[in-house]
Amino acid sequence: MITLLFLSSGLFLGWSLGANDAANIFGTAVGTRMVRFRTAALLGSVFVIIGAVVQGAGASHTLGELGKVSSLAAAFTVALAAALTVFWMTRLSLPVSTSQAIVGAIIGWNFYTDNPTDIAVLTKIVSTWVSGPILGGMFAVLLFMLLQLATRKAKVHLLYKDALVRIGLLSIGAFGAYSLGANNIANVMGVFTDAIHFPEIQLGWVAISGKQQLFFIGGLAIAAGIITYSRHVMDTVGNTLMPLTPEAALVVVLSQALVLFIFSSQTLSNAVVSLGLPAIPLVPVSSSQVVIGSIIGIGLYKGGREIKLNILGSISLGWIATPIAAGILSFFMLFFVNNVFKQDVGSNIMKDLIKNEILTHSPTHPNVTEKPDITDTLELTNSTELLSPTKTETPEPYIYWVTGTLMLLMIITLVIIWFRFSKKKKIWLKEAQRFKEGHRIQIESLQKKLSERSAIQEDMDKELKFRQNEMTTMAMNIIHKNEFLNDLKKEIVTIKGKMKDPESRHNLNKLTLMISQNISIDRDREKFQLHVDEQNTRFLQLLSENFPAMTENEKRLATLLRLNLSSKEIASILNISPKSVEMNRYRLRKKLGVPGNVGLTEFIREL
Amino acid sequence: MSLLFKNAKQLVVQIDDFINTVEQGILVFKEGVLNYLNNDKDLFANKITTIDRLEATADKLQRQIDDEFYRHSLLPQSINDIESMLDRMDELIDISKDNLYQFELEIPYFPNSIREDYIRLTNTSVESALCVVPAVRTYFREPIKVRDMLSKVYFYEKETDKISRSIKRKVFHEMHDLDLAQKIHLRYFALHIETISDKAEGLADVLSIMALKLNV
Repeated sequence: MITLLFLSSGLFLGWSLGANDAANIFGTAVGTRMVRFRTAALLGSVFVIIGAVVQGAGASHTLGELGKVSSLAAAFTVALAAALTVFWMTRLSLPVSTSQAIVGAIIGWNFYTDNPTDIAVLTKIVSTWVSGPILGGMFAVLLFMLLQLATRKAKVHLLYKDALVRIGLLSIGAFGAYSLGANNIANVMGVFTDAIHFPEIQLGWVAISGKQQLFFIGGLAIAAGIITYSRHVMDTVGNTLMPLTPEAALVVVLSQALVLFIFSSQTLSNAVVSLGLPAIPLVPVSSSQVVIGSIIGIGLYKGGREIKLNILGSISLGWIATPIAAGILSFFMLFFVNNVFKQDVGSNIMKDLIKNEILTHSPTHPNVTEKPDITDTLELTNSTELLSPTKTETPEPYIYWVTGTLMLLMIITLVIIWFRFSKKKKIWLKEAQRFKEGHRIQIESLQKKLSERSAIQEDMDKELKFRQNEMTTMAMNIIHKNEFLNDLKKEIVTIKGKMKDPESRHNLNKLTLMISQNISIDRDREKFQLHVDEQNTRFLQLLSENFPAMTENEKRLATLLRLNLSSKEIASILNISPKSVEMNRYRLRKKLGVPGNVGLTEFIREL
Repeated sequence: MSLLFKNAKQLVVQIDDFINTVEQGILVFKEGVLNYLNNDKDLFANKITTIDRLEATADKLQRQIDDEFYRHSLLPQSINDIESMLDRMDELIDISKDNLYQFELEIPYFPNSIREDYIRLTNTSVESALCVVPAVRTYFREPIKVRDMLSKVYFYEKETDKISRSIKRKVFHEMHDLDLAQKIHLRYFALHIETISDKAEGLADVLSIMALKLNV
């Protein structure tokens, strides 16, 4: 139970690795809907576990060479420091990798426990950080060229190509997951291998070692990360570096898988050695950085227009910033765990005490080359090395140089990070302040405008109502007068029919003509029209601006409709038949483009 | 795994059938117009029935292709482009059918002096559409070659425009014995035939961009 508790930091690191790095393998495939997330997660989880159990030992061994974290509390602290660094740097949007974090955390442990850091191993690890992305880029270009050539030569139908790409994304994704498990399990469980020892399990003809059991647990944590959170990362990260087609994604995943496989396969390394070549370093490399290298490779091959090259600077910063941040955090956390919780973190201080005690109790000459048997007192895997006088008493002079350089790099990186972060923070704060201020001013001005407009609108409404009433009254007067004159005309015609006297008939004819003339040339109407035009100057201007094709008669009709007059009333005012008004209304409707479900009068009044 | 290929195979067959149907429809339109211009009424009626059937088949196939694409989310990156391309292809056969029906319904009168021009117009316009069909087929197998194949489409479209303009000029400037209504009627039929090459040009534009997208 205690073991599991101490293992929790590693499991958390594994979970975050699964959540983040699965997107490198299946991100584009899921994003482009070529592969379902469920299928990707299942396949990824299974193969990550297989890769971790079958091939995880190589890279883990190299991490062990860098620093044998022998106590459980120390392993917990180192893994936690790495996990927190990853978490913290991700929050700050800084480039980060679990591989670099764990290496930094182990170096932090080395510093705290006064253990020497093997520069050769460190160089080997750091060189793979640089060579990993470069190798990824080279593989990507080569594979991309091959894929293009094959596509052109094969003349496969797009749909068959689609099916092939899907199968490729699944199988290469599985290989990618296997390589991720094989290479990156060292980040998750590497520090625990010297601290936790499970008994070997025999399953028929297969023997599962303690390390493999540990890697299985780590693999489960990575799988949990893939299943629970990688979907979110796939959705948010998307195509941040360069938009990828499924074919390009296939190439990227394959080159990443190959790089990770190369840096974790003991068999391949042995094969290279047998050819007389130097052994391949088995080191955990950052899958994200290999992916970036591969994408940049393809981007450069395509002409380099689409890629964001500033990301290269971020990677370089990540190479230095992540291990240093993790190292510092690990150092202080170890100090805290060691001094506050009084946990053994594998410190040389304790071992020195033990050594002194043993030497004091020794009856013979305290010859340090004669190593006392201390294995019964305390189980320390690296005790032999630690008690060696050559390492503890007279350190190599290059250590000072390395330490000095590292310190210098640390300071530079911290300064860079500080500047970068403070600059970002300042920009954010400034932007937030500016936005807030702008927002406030905007609200105030809008409120002011709104109140002014409301007052003007109210006055205008009153004025408009008054004018409309005035015009309506005038219109009604004209209508009534015309109706009266028409009735009078009809009456005269009736009387004329009954009259026999030619003179009287002639006079009555004259009277009818006068009435007709009065109806057609009506001064009241002209006056009314002038009045309407005067009152509707803005409305008429609006009509001319928005509907330049409108004729004068149509504008007049529009102004009358605005007064809410019926067709019959308009016909009386304009001295035309109601049918003509209806036709004119229809044409006006078409010209104004009034939708079928909206009334013409409402439309005009809304204008 | 085999299901993936089975779906793809089925869809490949359907797409090929659809392209064939559209191609046949265009050819039937051409023959139909020629039959009308040559006064072969029985053959013309036969073409109307054939194009009706072909258009219905094309519609049915297009719906099936749509369903298959979405059901199995095939070619998710290019699906919208392909759908739009198939729509435009379907438009070709739709327009061909509509135009042939216009001949049947409106029974336009073509004076002997202009028949030859209309035959030439029909042949050129249809040629433009027939050139775009192989380009559609090639898009699925060798997208890199598509753009080279489209130059013929643009050439025939321009030729169609020229012939159509010369017909209109002839009708309105030289044929004084025709009524204005007849002239306008003839102009409309030149336009109807011209539409085929215009649609082919539109399809060629879409295809050209699609091919470019695949090759990038």
